[in-house]
Amino acid sequence: MPELGKYAAEVLTAYGASIVLMTVLVLASIRAARKARKELEAAEARRDDR
Amino acid sequence: MASIWEYANPVKFSKTASAVLPWVTVLAAVTLATGLVWGFFFTPDDFRQGSTVKIIYIHVPAAMMAINIWAMMLVTSLIWLIRRHHVSVLAAKGAASVGVVMTLIALITGAVWGQPMWGTWWVWDPRLTSFLILFLFYLGYLALWEAIDDPDTAADLTSVLCIVGSVFAILSRYAVNFWNQGLHQGASVMRAGAVTGTDTEEKVSNVFFYPLLLCMIGFVLLFVALVFLRTRTEIHKRRTSALLARERLS
Repeated sequence: MPELGKYAAEVLTAYGASIVLMTVLVLASIRAARKARKELEAAEARRDDR
Repeated sequence: MASIWEYANPVKFSKTASAVLPWVTVLAAVTLATGLVWGFFFTPDDFRQGSTVKIIYIHVPAAMMAINIWAMMLVTSLIWLIRRHHVSVLAAKGAASVGVVMTLIALITGAVWGQPMWGTWWVWDPRLTSFLILFLFYLGYLALWEAIDDPDTAADLTSVLCIVGSVFAILSRYAVNFWNQGLHQGASVMRAGAVTGTDTEEKVSNVFFYPLLLCMIGFVLLFVALVFLRTRTEIHKRRTSALLARERLS
């Protein structure tokens, strides 16, 4: 860990908030992609069954 | 040579996105991790800003992306309005969520840096204010998509909103150049004159510039990966809606 001196709280807050926001964005995108793919596959399977 | 308009075909776009996505994702993760680790752990403190200079590795790329994502949305929205290609407007919709997060990161990191350096979290300076309005435009753009049931009407109205919001994207980028007031400093990272030596204004030192450049490339690659993924998701949702509509009719 580098020596951040008297601004440690500011630097860590900026990095922490940014990493959390980017992680939420990536995970939400992956989750939405999986859900959309599953729903499409289910709809296509129903169409093929008919 | 294949025309770019071939990718207006949702099937062709989805196939290409699926092939490219793993490579871009790995490249984005490696570039971003290298840039952030280099910047955070292996660069010195600035003689005036102390360790807060390390915030630059997130703030500058996020702000750059916030503005450029809106520019990309403008181009794809215009393509929708002129040529009616669904994939282009779905790419704009997919990009908007990434833009919201980038704008929010830029605003938060800017405020956290501003408190110790300027003595205030926020000031109604031209660049900060236009950036906040850009953030509100992003939220409005996404809300408008959710508020309208008919997808083509939603695409039309959000595209018009995107054109209007472009004024604030441009202001966010150039406000510091033509409004000679406010606390936010002028361009100090990517300035042609400083690189070629035709101006002697202060610019970011190479010690900070190289890891910053890597972070900027990482943010761009992350955006490309996310926009491929989110556009493909929107295409899948459209296809499912069409199949469900057919089911209801039969």
